[in-house]
Amino acid sequence: MKPPPFDYLAADCVEAAVQALAGAGGDGKLIAGGQSLMPMLNFRLLRPSILIDINRIPDLAYIRDDGNEICIGPLARHRMLETSDVIARQFPVLHEAMGYVAHLAIRNRGTIGGSLSHADPAAELPMMSLLLDACLVVQSLSGRRTITARDFFLGALTTALEEGDMLVEVRLPKLPKGTGWAFEEVARRSGDFALASVAVIIGSDGDRISDLRIGMMGIGETPMRALDAERILTGQRYSEATVTAAVEAIRAAVEPNTDLHASAEYRRHLVGVLAQQALARAWARLREATQ
Amino acid sequence: MTEPVIVRVNVNGVEYARRVEPRLLLSDFLRNDLGLTGTHVGCEHGVCGACTVLVNGDSVRSCLLLAIQLDGAKVETVEGLGTAQALHSVQKAFHEHHALQCGFCTPGMLMTTIDLLRKSPLANDEDIREGLSGNLCRCTGYQNIVRAVRQAADQLNTLATDEAIS
Ligand SMILES: Cc1cc2nc3c(=O)[nH]c(=O)nc-3n(C[C@H](O)[C@H](O)[C@H](O)COP(=O)(O)OP(=O)(O)OC[C@H]3O[C@@H](n4cnc5c(N)ncnc54)[C@H](O)[C@@H]3O)c2cc1C
Ligand code: FES
Ligand code: FES
Repeated sequence: MKPPPFDYLAADCVEAAVQALAGAGGDGKLIAGGQSLMPMLNFRLLRPSILIDINRIPDLAYIRDDGNEICIGPLARHRMLETSDVIARQFPVLHEAMGYVAHLAIRNRGTIGGSLSHADPAAELPMMSLLLDACLVVQSLSGRRTITARDFFLGALTTALEEGDMLVEVRLPKLPKGTGWAFEEVARRSGDFALASVAVIIGSDGDRISDLRIGMMGIGETPMRALDAERILTGQRYSEATVTAAVEAIRAAVEPNTDLHASAEYRRHLVGVLAQQALARAWARLREATQ
Repeated sequence: MTEPVIVRVNVNGVEYARRVEPRLLLSDFLRNDLGLTGTHVGCEHGVCGACTVLVNGDSVRSCLLLAIQLDGAKVETVEGLGTAQALHSVQKAFHEHHALQCGFCTPGMLMTTIDLLRKSPLANDEDIREGLSGNLCRCTGYQNIVRAVRQAADQLNTLATDEAIS
């Protein structure tokens, strides 16, 4: 339970980190909070030749209001997101979700860049980035490019990041005022990875549902949007019958795994219950805000 | 650079400079290099909380940090809290409420409690349980730990109110 030997470089700027990553030819690893990477090193699941530490790069831990978007630096710690007024105001759903991420000591270190790059199928931030239509800005020796959250998560612990890529910013488009929202999760113990989780943001056009997004996780290899359920509900009046139809569509669409913590059937059942609760709560919040 | 390099760390107010290999965990650095064996090591993957210490004021898992990352940092361990003769108020609360049996989890519980008390009023026991959820105890059943933290939090809140009044 000790890490294998490696070289260590504390990068002082993004360019140096990206340079070192390219220089390592696929054998290097960035280290941010280390809250996922260090366990993997301690278990010797990874043997990088060099660890490139980005913690000493100045100005990578920020949350900035850029007019239409909120821009978040890759080194913004979970604790920073959890306690940020900007996040609580603009994305109450994200604020709520942060309370479910691990424990205080982990939140003090773990970063948004690390969580998205690690892409655990039961992690909150990947799901939130999908729900909030995040744009992820990536830098490598060949320059910068943007990947949407939709195109980012390819499988469990697998992303569209290529060798030599560093995630350098997360951009979240603001939501209209009065958007309804809800976040529901069940884990075995407080702070554990989720068995399943559902988040909803919802708008209305008169008395009809609009701008609905449903995010889910813990029910497959990556976080998912419940696109069928979104289609069923959008343009409809909120009613028990349409919600039931949407929940059925969700249960039909997911392919959860059986593992030590829960069976696939249990997870399929659970995600439906959570979706129902999340939809009801989000709709109630929307009504409150628009009355 | 798998070669050892010198790191300078302030631990409990004392400056140390030591040669470390890049892969040396902070937990092993504290225990083996500095002889501060109050920090316990249970799981070495972030789950049990026994190794929790404060770095620059925040609680962290010392098994998930490398000593080499801490050049210039300020570390607080359980050795910095109180002595057997003069217990820290949180240690005293644990003592009075019988909040430990074997004591393996206790250093992590104490350091987590210190961080919680700084960051949250811990208004109800729910907050205490939530705050300690990342620290496992195999002996006590947690009830007495929650009582001890309750007492420590109430004392702090009374102090704060007294100061506000005077
Ligand atoms: C006990 C425990 C419980 C946990 N519970 C939860 C939970 O309930 N929910 C949850 O979401 N998470 C949980 N986590 C994980 C935690 O949130 C991690 O902080 C997060 O997954 C990784 O972030 P990090 O900054 O620590 O990344 P690191 O561990 O430093 O890195 C993770 C991976 O991302 C890469 N990486 C890091 N930064 C970048 C970047 N900027 N660009 C490109 N690649 C990068 C690294 O090379 C590595 O491969 C838990 C962790 C532990 C130890
Ligand atoms: S030894 Fe560090 S959390 Fe268990
Ligand atoms: S007192 Fe023995 S593990 Fe907590």
